[in-house]
Amino acid sequence: MNLTLKIWRQKDSNAKGQMVDYKVTDISEHMSFLEMMDVLNEQLVNAGEEPVAFDHDCREGICGMCSMYINGEAHGPDRGITTCQLHMRMFNDGDTITIEPFRAAAFPVIKDLVVDRMAFERIQQAGGYISVNTSGNTQDANSLPISKHAADEAMDAATCIGCGACVATCKNSSAMLFVGAKVSQYALLPQGQVEAADRVKNMVAQMDLEGFGNCTNTGACEVECPKGISLENIARMNRELMKANIS
Amino acid sequence: MALDSKVPKGPIKDKWTDYKNHIDLVNPANKRHIDIIVVGTGLAGGSAAATLAELGYNVKAFAYQDSPRRAHSIAAQGGINAAKNYQGDGDSTYRLFYDTVKGGDYRSREANVHRLAEVSGNIIDQCVAQGVPFARDYGGLLDNRSFGGVLVSRTFYAKGQTGQQLLLGAYSAMNRQIARGKIEMFNRHEMLDVVKVDGKARGIIARNLITGEIERHSAHAVVIATGGYGNVYFLSTNAMGSNATAAWKIHKKGAYFANPCYTQIHPTCIPRSGDYQSKLTLMSESLRNDGRIWVPAKIEDAQAIQQGKLKPTDLAEEDRDYYLERRYPAFGNLVPRDVASRAAKERCDAGYGVNATGEAVYLDFAAAIQRYGKEQAKIQNIDNPSEGKIYELGQAIVEAKYGNLFQMYEKIVDENPYKTPMMIYPATHYTMGGVWVDYNLMTTVEGLYCIGEANFSDHGANRLGASALMQGLADGYFVLPYTIGDYLSDDIRTGKIPTDTKEFDEAEKEVKGRIDFFINNNGTKSVDHFHKRLGKVMWDKVGMARNEKGLKEAMAEIKAIREEFWKEVKVPGSADEMNTELEKAGRVADFLELGELFAKDALVREESCGGHFREESVELDGPQKGEAKRNDKDFAFVSAWEYKGEPADAVLHKEELEFNDIELKQRSYK
Repeated sequence: MNLTLKIWRQKDSNAKGQMVDYKVTDISEHMSFLEMMDVLNEQLVNAGEEPVAFDHDCREGICGMCSMYINGEAHGPDRGITTCQLHMRMFNDGDTITIEPFRAAAFPVIKDLVVDRMAFERIQQAGGYISVNTSGNTQDANSLPISKHAADEAMDAATCIGCGACVATCKNSSAMLFVGAKVSQYALLPQGQVEAADRVKNMVAQMDLEGFGNCTNTGACEVECPKGISLENIARMNRELMKANIS
Repeated sequence: MALDSKVPKGPIKDKWTDYKNHIDLVNPANKRHIDIIVVGTGLAGGSAAATLAELGYNVKAFAYQDSPRRAHSIAAQGGINAAKNYQGDGDSTYRLFYDTVKGGDYRSREANVHRLAEVSGNIIDQCVAQGVPFARDYGGLLDNRSFGGVLVSRTFYAKGQTGQQLLLGAYSAMNRQIARGKIEMFNRHEMLDVVKVDGKARGIIARNLITGEIERHSAHAVVIATGGYGNVYFLSTNAMGSNATAAWKIHKKGAYFANPCYTQIHPTCIPRSGDYQSKLTLMSESLRNDGRIWVPAKIEDAQAIQQGKLKPTDLAEEDRDYYLERRYPAFGNLVPRDVASRAAKERCDAGYGVNATGEAVYLDFAAAIQRYGKEQAKIQNIDNPSEGKIYELGQAIVEAKYGNLFQMYEKIVDENPYKTPMMIYPATHYTMGGVWVDYNLMTTVEGLYCIGEANFSDHGANRLGASALMQGLADGYFVLPYTIGDYLSDDIRTGKIPTDTKEFDEAEKEVKGRIDFFINNNGTKSVDHFHKRLGKVMWDKVGMARNEKGLKEAMAEIKAIREEFWKEVKVPGSADEMNTELEKAGRVADFLELGELFAKDALVREESCGGHFREESVELDGPQKGEAKRNDKDFAFVSAWEYKGEPADAVLHKEELEFNDIELKQRSYK
């Protein structure tokens, strides 16, 4: 198929960006979206132009690096996938595709489609862990039975890949789905109870400091999340925060 | 230099304990004055960085991604082995040790493997304490599954995302230390050289991938944890950015490179669909617990399928060849990876492949869905369940076990694997070879360590499934923190290592010179052009089956591609900005050298062992006819290569392997 691409180009974080049009031809429907971008970049390199910078790494939907806003949707028109898992069979010959970076005040653009997600790092550093040293003398793993239900629910929360699609999708640029997932994983497990109150307070405080917006329960984040992280995690985080603040 | 493995004396089961009791320790006040650089933040690097910082050292950690959590360990699916014997099925430290040495086709160092088996249980304890949500049964205890090459269930897992959960565990431990200021994290940085002072590793030169700035970082010891070199094949299951540059740079500065020809071709990957393909996707080995692998028994059926005239579901049971079950009745579909990959290649080469390219076999879940469905009907007291009900119940179980993998397959191939068998084919996945290290995980350069997939140590010529995660975390959490302390105990009076010295000047100059070359070279061909050509030579001639003629040709062809690369490569943009083409150029330049050494190593090893299969070395008769033939008399050694300029001039050093606790036998899975 032949396509027109409208892509956000921005030299660096200080430069002013703009949309630029490109044409690609003979794109196979079996290609992944990023393979289509590879074709474009090869074309640009051969023409002596600078290729489009975009984040990507594992190309199997787990590292959380890829982050394109395609035709107005984080990770494009398919559900339950990252940009790298999007395939060209979702598009038609002659389509014009708009490709932008994940936009949010807390995610400044570094170059073209690459954004800075260090805010997520700092939120996790504020408390996204259990304080246990590596000793080799922790108790035997099976001395702490955990109900299958709780373990499965914690796992569902823990599958978050930290890509930031929730933030890019949210009209308020809220990071509450991301933070809620992390808080939930530990809140659901007995190992996480000791520090639960401090954890939720510190992580939420850091989230606010980073300039993310608040949640107004629209639920778009849940729809666009490539890993299907549930809104329940936001509710749980709010509950945990209230519990921490009144106790 | 003679190779000294520094394996401690004494009975194998006491070596590690005795070693730990007798090494020198650094007191907590002195640790505050010692800096350690850790390059790479996957399971090995992440766990090492966190543990070293907990101990009190000042750690500087480097990742080329924007977060340590994105290292490619994250993509490991199936699980992690540990000799816990929670299933009571006869597992033990000795059995894990034995299985790993045997699985590695008797080409690993006994003492290292035993230590790995010893600490394996602690890894699970540590991860659970960190909040890793492993799969559990209804009693709340940890669940296990089985992996290839073993007869027990010792694999712990978190759905099909075990690597992700373990890495997030190590990452959370890192975050705690980053918050305390004990780890200084350098995201989006790439190490481009190591700096040696008086023969010791004392720092690195790194490029800030956002600004292009070249930075100097000093430390009392340097740890390389940058993973394997599978991307030398261009197409592999590795991440796009996975590269061998750190490992190759230290090789050029004196670290011997061991067994480069030991590469794992994983049997269950999604087949290639076209020339535009940028990478291959793994389908977890855990699928072989329940999936049955087959091709049509009749060549005419295979041809009809290749032409799209016949569907796999049309073939009757007796017209299918479950070739692994036929050839290896004892292990069936759970033979080790090297055996399963070669068997798939054998069938496809004979014309029985099942897609248009003829390079695919089926992985079929119909029998598992039936089995689980009937079991569930019984559990739920459903009498005389209909076929549809059995299918529905069975599908639910398969979905609970492998749902995310099935979804991934469907997104890529656009076929529903519950309804029609998956198509799979082998692909490069892991490299057992790597930087040579002694028992302390130190390379042949003093103060320079190498851990995880980047080193060569524990998997011999073939790695068993679910053992990479085990080794990465064992090295990082439980081995290196001891061994590096013993070395650093001599450095308590050294003081901070200055970076304004001639050693740093020279290393920086070299790095900058190469970057300037790329930027100013007005070539005509892209970096990927050369990488793809290299990959094709590697796959065709240094892939699943190798022979003398092909390997010699490969060496010559790679050399020619390399020479053309330095003349014709084109890198747009400038050096002082984010420049992904420039990053790739440096990595491919190193792969073009490594690839030739790889072929040379494969040429020298005139035996078949593990992932290294020489067509000249097969069993000619007896019950093992046609199987790979190892030659212990002449090749029971580790090949450690010393850099001498051109890869073809590398000098071979041999570390003879001694087997005192395990008898060398032919590996039989029949």
